[in-house]
Amino acid sequence: MSDLIRGTFPSMLKDPYADASTQPFWDAAAEGRLSAPRCTVCGTFVLPPQPFCFTCQSQAFEWVDLPGTGTIYTFTVVRHPLAPQLADVVPYVSGVIELDGTQGAGARLMLNITDADPETVQIGDKVRVWFDQVSETLPLPRARMA
Amino acid sequence: MPETLKDKTAIVGIGATPYYKRSESLPQTELELACKAILGALDDAGLTVKDLDGFTIYSSSCDPAQVASVLGVPEVRFAASLTSGGGGSAGSLGLAASAIVSGQAEVCVTLMTLQQAKRRLGGSAVDGGGPGLSGGGSPYGGGGVPNYAAFISGAGLMAPGHSFAMLTRRHMELYGTKREHLAEVCISQRENAIRRPSAIRTDPLTLDEYFDARMISDPLCLFDYTMESDGAVAAVVTSAERARDLRQKPVYIGGSAHGGAGRWGSAIFTYFQMPDDYFASSGNRPVAKRMYEMAGMGPEDVDVALFYDHFSPMVIMQLEDYGFCPIGEGGPFVADGNIRWKSGSLPVNTHGGHLSEAYIIGMTHVREAVEQLRGVAVNQVDGAEVAVVTGGPSGLPISGTLLHN
Repeated sequence: MSDLIRGTFPSMLKDPYADASTQPFWDAAAEGRLSAPRCTVCGTFVLPPQPFCFTCQSQAFEWVDLPGTGTIYTFTVVRHPLAPQLADVVPYVSGVIELDGTQGAGARLMLNITDADPETVQIGDKVRVWFDQVSETLPLPRARMA
Repeated sequence: MPETLKDKTAIVGIGATPYYKRSESLPQTELELACKAILGALDDAGLTVKDLDGFTIYSSSCDPAQVASVLGVPEVRFAASLTSGGGGSAGSLGLAASAIVSGQAEVCVTLMTLQQAKRRLGGSAVDGGGPGLSGGGSPYGGGGVPNYAAFISGAGLMAPGHSFAMLTRRHMELYGTKREHLAEVCISQRENAIRRPSAIRTDPLTLDEYFDARMISDPLCLFDYTMESDGAVAAVVTSAERARDLRQKPVYIGGSAHGGAGRWGSAIFTYFQMPDDYFASSGNRPVAKRMYEMAGMGPEDVDVALFYDHFSPMVIMQLEDYGFCPIGEGGPFVADGNIRWKSGSLPVNTHGGHLSEAYIIGMTHVREAVEQLRGVAVNQVDGAEVAVVTGGPSGLPISGTLLHN
């Protein structure tokens, strides 16, 4: 583990373990696009993808590219390493990001904000989603300060 | 008015092992701890194993099949667990009441037994145990890696404290809640634990020590976290009619509710889409409403509150959700001294809670509520007649029960 970067939580997965409902997200991510499923009946975004729309229970979704920007809804600064090897990673900032181009609740992602300053980061700060190709098959979504 | 569970059953016995620091209950087994607590609770009530016919548990606290065979229960007539985890602690009393009022069982035991030598509930995906990616007690275990894992694992927020830190940060942003408010929860509960022989943490805690403590997941420091403990606590419930002939003064179940808003869901461990209006909450608001309605009482009737406190800010959010102060004013409410034993308007966690007495996943709170209403608590609230005890915040169901003497 010589490639640890302070502030960047090392991925525990090497594969997205995708199924039919999540594969389009990872296909878009591989091309650097943030894409989300929108219910074709009522327009609700459901992200992470689920097999049903929580508003109208439809299973019909269309995939829509989002701008890739968002706002920090809440966050934490992890200062205590939960495993010895994370001593070189803390502090890291991770939080819930509300994505632009959606209508609020229902389209959030929980992401590591890799370049956030632990001492000054705030709720409401703007971020941009990027994809960290941690393996051949996993373009892991992360965020940077916008 | 539909028939409800109101006042039809009562807690008649409480039993507990000593509380131990993590792994110090060895070489006893978890099953042995459970049976000791159950026998203690039956004896406290003036009952025996021959009277026991129901298991009404939560969070898979024990296997009733094992307990019943080991203790020689003559016939099991009801065995059910609330789903999810510690959120069901208070609600399992309602499950007992349901079994009894519906005529399916006569004497039910509610129980938690915990031994953390091998599994650590506060652990993470990183070191195994807890909600993680590595199997074991993990919600991901058994069926391989689920399709949502890759959406959340990269954030590195896989331990419970990380998740509750984010609820807390949002609460601070919306309402101005401060670390001083969290400190008051921790310090007031420590003061209560100091006087209690069963408590594990009995050294005084000062504000300076609080602020000097190691920050774990900002804004939560070491003292905002529950400790890790071993032990078992059991409560025996029977009909109000039968309760009146038993050894102890009955503690009546006035109202009990479990559940929560559907989109509270699994509550932040793996799910972050709770609607804005209750994201920064304990998720208990709908439960509190139904509990009070069943009991025909409100927060103004409550003399002492035992709030599930795996993390200190959740006490503040439950004060709001159970109506003891307006939403967003939990911080100033505790800062004004309201939750202090003796001097406060609503003494909270008079046993020291998970933060300072012991962490037996909610059952120490049930025990304390019973002691308060029997009038024998170490930190007795003068003339206590009504207590609220809660389970969660956690994944659904979370729960609340109103008890009275």
